[in-house]
Amino acid sequence: MKVLVPVKRVLDYNVKPRVKADGTGIDLANVKMSMNPFDEIAVEEAIRLKEKGVVTEIVVVSIGEPKSQDTLRTALAMGADRAILVTSDTKVEPLGVAKLLKAIADEEQPGLVILGKQAIDDDNNQTGQMLAALTGWGQGTFASKVEVEGDFVTVTREVDGGAETEKLKLPAIVTTDLRLNEPRYASLPNIMKAKSKPLATKTAADFGVDVSPRLTTLKVVEPAKRSAGIKVADVDELVGKLKAMGVAK
Amino acid sequence: MSVLVWVEHDGATVKDATLSTVTAAGKLGDVTLLVAGEGVSGAAEAAAKIAGVTKVLVADDAALAHALAENVAPLIVTLMADHDAFLVPSTTNGKNIAPRVAALLDVMQISDILSVESADTFTRPIYAGNAIATVQSKDAKKVISVRGTAFEKAATEGGSATIEPVSGAADAGVSTYVGSEIAKSERPELTSAKIIVSGGRALQNGENFHALIEPLADKLGAGVGASRAAVDAGYVPNDYQVGQTGKIVAPEVYVAIGISGAIQHLAGMKDSKTIIAINKDEDAPIFQVADIGLVGDLFKIVPELTEKL
Repeated sequence: MKVLVPVKRVLDYNVKPRVKADGTGIDLANVKMSMNPFDEIAVEEAIRLKEKGVVTEIVVVSIGEPKSQDTLRTALAMGADRAILVTSDTKVEPLGVAKLLKAIADEEQPGLVILGKQAIDDDNNQTGQMLAALTGWGQGTFASKVEVEGDFVTVTREVDGGAETEKLKLPAIVTTDLRLNEPRYASLPNIMKAKSKPLATKTAADFGVDVSPRLTTLKVVEPAKRSAGIKVADVDELVGKLKAMGVAK
Repeated sequence: MSVLVWVEHDGATVKDATLSTVTAAGKLGDVTLLVAGEGVSGAAEAAAKIAGVTKVLVADDAALAHALAENVAPLIVTLMADHDAFLVPSTTNGKNIAPRVAALLDVMQISDILSVESADTFTRPIYAGNAIATVQSKDAKKVISVRGTAFEKAATEGGSATIEPVSGAADAGVSTYVGSEIAKSERPELTSAKIIVSGGRALQNGENFHALIEPLADKLGAGVGASRAAVDAGYVPNDYQVGQTGKIVAPEVYVAIGISGAIQHLAGMKDSKTIIAINKDEDAPIFQVADIGLVGDLFKIVPELTEKL
């Protein structure tokens, strides 16, 4: 079975985002960019399924600026087999990404598509569900456990009250939550090896998909800042404050 | 504008996050609720009493049990022929269903809105709430998920909506519900708790978490939350997690114990009215947002605090 894993290049999660002075977005000039952490978990899960013998080939896809190639190389170094880069000059929204992924899924015929549940830049949490809608496949979102058996995948999902398990017919879509696995680091030899793994470059137009944005960002501002309050010296003072607030009697 | 809201319910009652969604929907137009599931007449009656609701559509069918997105979404798409906007609460179920509906309608969803600026313009958090974007939608129909903490809850009494059955539900045949492990707790639910006591990695293990955090929470009648670090380390289950990708909370009082305050955690709780932080590291970022801070050893402070309350 082939697995398709879409990955996104985003501002590294350790970097504090800075709003541009002109209010058009986040300043991404000269800052560290990395693979979206949830996508790393998706790549890792695909590799583990390959190590178990369930999966035969892992194809990673990224849609975005040409530099997304770095993110694909990281996925190849982790253990993916080949990569597809779909370049776009403009920002592609989740709906457009899902349409491109649908076109790629039509060509590649994967048994499973594993995606991060959300990207930590736009925090949309949409692409996997949208791809599931367009393909008509089942969706196991926010997965903490994935088990492939025969023609089905059983997905344990992190839900508000705890965990929920669903059984999906293959092919299916899985989106990863934080505790599905701990992604591996690519070793130096594997990073070298990844440089010679196949990477195909395409454009959105190659797929005949209209990815023009539906949303216009009118402005981006910093949220209202909380100011630091006071420090209390000891528990008695804290108890006094809590009583004054009516929280404690 | 006619707005359809998907109702999160347990068969008998309507969940709180839906009430905030009704308020957001009311800012756009006439509110119709969809109660979908199996054996949902109790929830439908509760939904009809919510203030500001015109109509409640009830889809009672075995295929709709457990809110499987594959089965619920096509029904919503059919109903959207008569509506201009579709809203869900930003709960795990809402997040699961709404994008499936959006893609079937060929609409770009607007996730997690914080405000309604006009019929097509909304604000929403990006980058873990480190920035707020104002976005305008060009789509003819809108699909929106609503951040519960950003809108007042609609009153659960005072409405008298008409209840109307809808048919047409079908099993898409691609997914089945196997089971769930839903934690049962006497404590208030995180997303509706007035007070939350949260623990972090500094608690060192699950035993300490239970022995220190829970008695304090019980003394205060509080819900119990945790940082990602505490959940990842296995001190508590995933449904305790507060943060960018966990639960977003905004209680009256949030007590952060042994939580350093990574931006991903702050994203989930910084709209709390009063934040109290207990941490041994006086430079911990949590103190930059805390209204009241106490620097010291939580293993001494927390038992003393619980004792003195």
